[in-house]
Amino acid sequence: MQLVLEKRAERSNTIALISPLIAIGLTIVTMVILFAILGKNPLLALHAYFIAPLTDSYSLQEIAVKATPLVMIAIGLSLCYLANAWNIGAEGQFLIGAVAGSWIAVKTQGTDAGVWALPAMLVLAAAAGALYALIPAICKVKFGASEILTSLMLVYVADLFLDYLVRGPWRDPHGFNFPTTAEFDPVATVPLLIEGGRLHLGSIIALLVVAGAAILLGRTIKGFEIRVVGAAPRAARFGGFNSNQLIILTFAVSGALAGLAGIIEVAGPVGHLQPGISPGYGFTAIIVAFLGRLNPLGILIAGLFLALTFIGGEQAQIAMKIPLDVTKVFQGILLFYVLACDSLILYRFKLVFPNRQVARGTH
Amino acid sequence: MELIEAIILAVLAASTPLLIAATGELVTERSGVLNLGVEGMMIVGAACGFAGAWLTGSIFIGALFGIVAGTLMSLVFALMALGLAVNQVATGLALTILGVGLSGLIGAGFVGERITPAAHLYIPGLTDIPLIGRVLFGEDAFVYFSLALVAGIWWFLYRTRPGLILRACGDNHVSAHALGYPVLRIRTFAVMFGGACAGLAGAYLPLAYTPFFIPGMTAGRGWIALALVVFSSWRPGRLVVGAYLFGAVTILQLHAQGWGVGIPSQLMSALPYLATVIVLVLLSRARTGGSTAPAALGTVFVPDR
Repeated sequence: MQLVLEKRAERSNTIALISPLIAIGLTIVTMVILFAILGKNPLLALHAYFIAPLTDSYSLQEIAVKATPLVMIAIGLSLCYLANAWNIGAEGQFLIGAVAGSWIAVKTQGTDAGVWALPAMLVLAAAAGALYALIPAICKVKFGASEILTSLMLVYVADLFLDYLVRGPWRDPHGFNFPTTAEFDPVATVPLLIEGGRLHLGSIIALLVVAGAAILLGRTIKGFEIRVVGAAPRAARFGGFNSNQLIILTFAVSGALAGLAGIIEVAGPVGHLQPGISPGYGFTAIIVAFLGRLNPLGILIAGLFLALTFIGGEQAQIAMKIPLDVTKVFQGILLFYVLACDSLILYRFKLVFPNRQVARGTH
Repeated sequence: MELIEAIILAVLAASTPLLIAATGELVTERSGVLNLGVEGMMIVGAACGFAGAWLTGSIFIGALFGIVAGTLMSLVFALMALGLAVNQVATGLALTILGVGLSGLIGAGFVGERITPAAHLYIPGLTDIPLIGRVLFGEDAFVYFSLALVAGIWWFLYRTRPGLILRACGDNHVSAHALGYPVLRIRTFAVMFGGACAGLAGAYLPLAYTPFFIPGMTAGRGWIALALVVFSSWRPGRLVVGAYLFGAVTILQLHAQGWGVGIPSQLMSALPYLATVIVLVLLSRARTGGSTAPAALGTVFVPDR
């Protein structure tokens, strides 16, 4: 007797709908076991992770703030993954966007630049992110170099470039030698939505991005091409869709969104450029994209959920001394379960008995 | 003279983890499976390897811990990518994300601890030969092992029947299945071998390269190992050349920083990563005529019954 996979006649829509929920449920069960191994009270830990952040206004705003870059990056990545283009270097595009936008903020420091400063920073950051993402895309299309490896290598390069700038030319002369730029001027800062709160304009931009992606994928020919090229490359070729052009396009869009997210993070919650501005948003966004089933609305929900785990992780560390790495383990396990459950949309388990299989051997 | 010897020794040490990890991944990919989780398996191997050596005081047991940890990680991958037919790219990424978190958890208690690093071979007379003595007869066991491993894998892939079958699975899983070979079982073993090698390569870092553990100490070496497999056109012999070239770039940038050449240190640190991109582009461009990658690499296989 043996347990094997068997392809379903057609994809199961029921499982497609509930699979993210099953995945979250399984992840929570696994976390309970992990908390118990670490010697922490699992119920208290789960409370700190998932309930406590939802109970006060500050944490709720903080969740929206953390979800903003995750959702923006994940929307871009979902376009790539739908088109079967594997951009996994969003972290680097995020950092380059942050650097490019910060350039205007640093150069106009104390000059009373006027209201054009912030829009210019956003545009420049998106352009820089797009250009940085085009490097692996062009290497892929022109030379056939694996976009997975090149986009990832460029993350390390971007990280070192940012490090060089804030330790060298852009370092705040009054910053006691800390590797950081000076605080950005108010005109170069993303405005808050609530006075004295945390929520900022970036969250609105993220919502617009979600709406834009939903329209692109659901209502336009380009969106249709993206989905066909990924799902049925042969059909796309017969349809005359240019898959190379779509690789370039989806990489550029996802790079632009990651770059935009980068400058919004720096000019918003952080307020200056420094190393470590991202706790791995570019990588967590990959999980968000898959948990959201590469669907804009799903990504919005998944982004809020993973933001919750970031905030919950911080609270659990303060309240119960649970290491921050537990959050990363949680995210990794979650992605595993999401992928495993997704497999059941296309396949089902079946018990086979080897002796009968031989009898049907002519099949 | 002494400087040249020191540089060669440093290059060998920097290349060895790349070579071991890349050899494992080469076997995995030759069976048709693309496991992008090398970095994750390596970093868990590093944490477990250091834990094992610190607890028992034995480098050998530490290395075993690393191997077991890497193999266990690869089994998770095998369960997902082979058992559940999940997209291999996504699964590999998940493995890396999980590995980084796990190694942080495991290694947290060992940060700041030191161990005695792996001993170097010493043969009186031979090791004392100037210039080549220490390079040839004064390495740690991992260096010799890595070279034996590559040679063994070359022999296995090209001179044995199981090696031929493994390559057949990687080139055409449907035909291999039709001939009656258990494709998924063979691939599982190949994935486990890749995991064991990645775990050992990770363990090399805190056991021999630097005698302590720091979180994230693999610093992208797993990804460079993946690039090396492409660089080698999936051939073990070229893997050695590639690994030593990359090791040389790594050491060159360290020395250039020491000489104070006036180039920002961050640019030098970025060299290995930039070199990887450039090499990937040049090599992929050079073989536009026909790919040398295993034909079934990264494709899902669900046997029909």
